[in-house]
Amino acid sequence: MTTLSTSESQLPSTEAAADQHGEHHGDHRLFGLATFLVADGMTFAGFFAAYLTFRAVNPLPAGASYELELLLPTINTALLLASSATFHKAGSALKRSDNPGCRRWLLITAAMGFLFLAGQMKEYFTLPFGLTDNLFASTFYAITGFHGLHVTLGGLMILIVWWQSRPGGRVSAANPFPLEATELYWHFVDGIWVVLYGILYLL
Amino acid sequence: MTLSLAPETAHAPAPSLQPQGWLRYLSFSTDHKVIGLQYIVCGFLFYLVGGALAGAIRTELLTPISDFLPRETYNEVLTLHGTVMIFLWIVPVVNGGFGNYLIPFYVGARDMAFPRLNAVAFWLIPPAGLLLISSYFIAGAAQSGWTAYPPLSITTPATGQIIWILSVLLLGGSSIFGGINFIATILKLRRPGLKLMQLPMYCWAMLGTSLLVVLSTPVLAGTLVLLSFDIVAHTGFFNPAMGGNVVVYQHLFWFYSHPAVYIMVLPAFGLVSEILPVHARKPLFGYTTMVYSIMGIVFLGLIVWAHHMFTSGTPPWMRLFFTIATAFIAVPTGIKFFNWIATLWGGRIALNSAMLFSCAFIVNFVFGGITGVALAQVPFDIHVHDTYFVVAHFHYIVYGGTVFVIFASIYHWYPKVTGRMLNEPLGRLHWLLTFVGFNLCFAPQHWLGLNGMPRRVAEYDPQFQLINQFSSVGALLMALSTLPFLINVVMSAFNGEIAGDNPWRALTPEWLTSSPPPVENWKGEAPLVHEPYGYGVKPGELNLAATSGRELWSLGQDPGRGPNRPL
Ligand code: HEM
Ligand SMILES: [Cu+2]
Repeated sequence: MTTLSTSESQLPSTEAAADQHGEHHGDHRLFGLATFLVADGMTFAGFFAAYLTFRAVNPLPAGASYELELLLPTINTALLLASSATFHKAGSALKRSDNPGCRRWLLITAAMGFLFLAGQMKEYFTLPFGLTDNLFASTFYAITGFHGLHVTLGGLMILIVWWQSRPGGRVSAANPFPLEATELYWHFVDGIWVVLYGILYLL
Repeated sequence: MTLSLAPETAHAPAPSLQPQGWLRYLSFSTDHKVIGLQYIVCGFLFYLVGGALAGAIRTELLTPISDFLPRETYNEVLTLHGTVMIFLWIVPVVNGGFGNYLIPFYVGARDMAFPRLNAVAFWLIPPAGLLLISSYFIAGAAQSGWTAYPPLSITTPATGQIIWILSVLLLGGSSIFGGINFIATILKLRRPGLKLMQLPMYCWAMLGTSLLVVLSTPVLAGTLVLLSFDIVAHTGFFNPAMGGNVVVYQHLFWFYSHPAVYIMVLPAFGLVSEILPVHARKPLFGYTTMVYSIMGIVFLGLIVWAHHMFTSGTPPWMRLFFTIATAFIAVPTGIKFFNWIATLWGGRIALNSAMLFSCAFIVNFVFGGITGVALAQVPFDIHVHDTYFVVAHFHYIVYGGTVFVIFASIYHWYPKVTGRMLNEPLGRLHWLLTFVGFNLCFAPQHWLGLNGMPRRVAEYDPQFQLINQFSSVGALLMALSTLPFLINVVMSAFNGEIAGDNPWRALTPEWLTSSPPPVENWKGEAPLVHEPYGYGVKPGELNLAATSGRELWSLGQDPGRGPNRPL
């Protein structure tokens, strides 16, 4: 980028080219990420479709059923939804250049994410079935496990953004991209959970 | 980032940290042209592997008994052949290869939207391919065909199948990254002033293809992960012995793999739409209908998958729906076919190698399309499903269609890439051998299928021997046809005739720069091509400093006009 200014005057169009590739292409990257999330969403869609078909046509062995306890997952749902709100708060704080506020909200968000994972673990250990017990059990673990992986990754990403938004770090009101990307991803993971909760627990 | 060096290259060679010369092609280069060539050359090497495997198959089938290969090995060879050809040759080359080389030119950009992601996407392929092939030597390759249907894929030896799954997952990831990059580049990186409906057709084809890649490949990935659980962790998703459901695997697999046939053929449609107007000296006929047909194919392509499952106990309503939806696909496909014919109609056609391969594509593809529509009719399909008729159908599409277009494209763009022309007589010999060999190999397989020879078998009823031998002779011709091509490509790189910047007098933007193009595609400003197909005026009357098709041709008629004067 350093040499750009000298040659700009001779080459009128390079300005456009430079801005395609320079610092200002946050929107391309967010667009790319959104496209990736569509792809990721299709993986879940495939799993859900498989689950619903199994449920419609494959009888379970005697004693097993498609029913689940609701209390813990409902609390978990509330947690994740709230964490989407707190992440939003972190984003607006960053826009106001309120970095300490942003970092506080980030930590709260990450904490809620990890609390969700703890709740999920507790559920896993108290469920009366294991991975290979029956078709429902396998599908249940596969889907919630895949989602849990997403939450874990998201939690780690939030911690990284938290670190990057320290005073002098690379995330700031001038460069919000890492935070925005993580936020988009987090909302996506929450959205998927809502669908998952509806299909796996409520239906 | 290398990209920010753009303005410098106009003055002096930019100092670069990336390797120069041929070493670039072995490096983690972020230059879209280097990556495009990496895809094409790497794909071609795998094509040779896949071809050798095909040779083994056709040798085994010379006789009705299993004598050339042990039975298990035959299954492994068959599986590897299909997987290599689809996932390591056709998909990477028509998408990643030509896509990376051409799309940034077509949208007037200096590179793809995400150059590093682009390099990552390419570099997933060689390890995935080597992994796949090495499975043959480590523990025996997978034996369940490229479709990996359970319960077969659960009961055949596990190691090979797991390596197969890993490799396909890596290749799927590569494909998704590539798709994201194409969508972002086409939609977000267009040069200011360039409208979507002015893009060369290949852009539309790649946009449509990339949508299919992004929407369907993840479903395959998820499915293969579940399959690997069945193999490794002994879950029962697709294992009927454990209460699972094999038909669900088929649905999920074909939800990807029918779109995948369009992932293989739509880019070829796009490439051929670039090649025909240039060598027929006529504008592409029906641009707008082409665009809508591509998008129509994308939409319909996502809702026809169960035509592969008519014999899997599909209920009548499903058969009805998928038959009708499949029949509908013939409409946009037919529109494209007639548009190509209309483009050629009355043109001043140069029957060079690029054109010969493109015309052969049209002939082969229409034949494969017709057998496809036939296969979509349940009463017919029930008889020929899993027979050689299906093998003939999809080879007419995949080889007769896409591979022919890959060769046409190589003849068409080689001068741009290397700055030298390919040898025409050798090119025509290559075409002749390929065309005759291909039809000799696959046309008789329709007959075999109609008469009941099942596919994927090493042994068959002796009454089929003669026809199988015809087919094998055809395969031999196809193998031989590669020789003149290889000689041509290698020799011409050193002593081919110098091509100049625009030997075909083409109008699309990649020709409006030097051959080979400089690192950031153009010295100075990228041309704004409003009319990529404005052909039809006498040769010798064009001025390449002009930037729109109409301007380009009108200049010769009125020398007084400046290059930027509106018409
Ligand atoms: C456009 C490019 C096309 C490609 C690349 C393609 C490829 C394939 C492939 C690979 C198969 C074999 C699947 C297997 O059993 O392993 C197949 C089967 C089939 N194709 Fe195509 N096809 C194309 C076009 C069409 C069209 C235009 C139609 C119908 C309008 C069609 C209808 C079918 C049907 C119904 C089958 C199932 C046959 C069976 O297994 O019983 N295809 N195609
Ligand atoms: Cu299909």
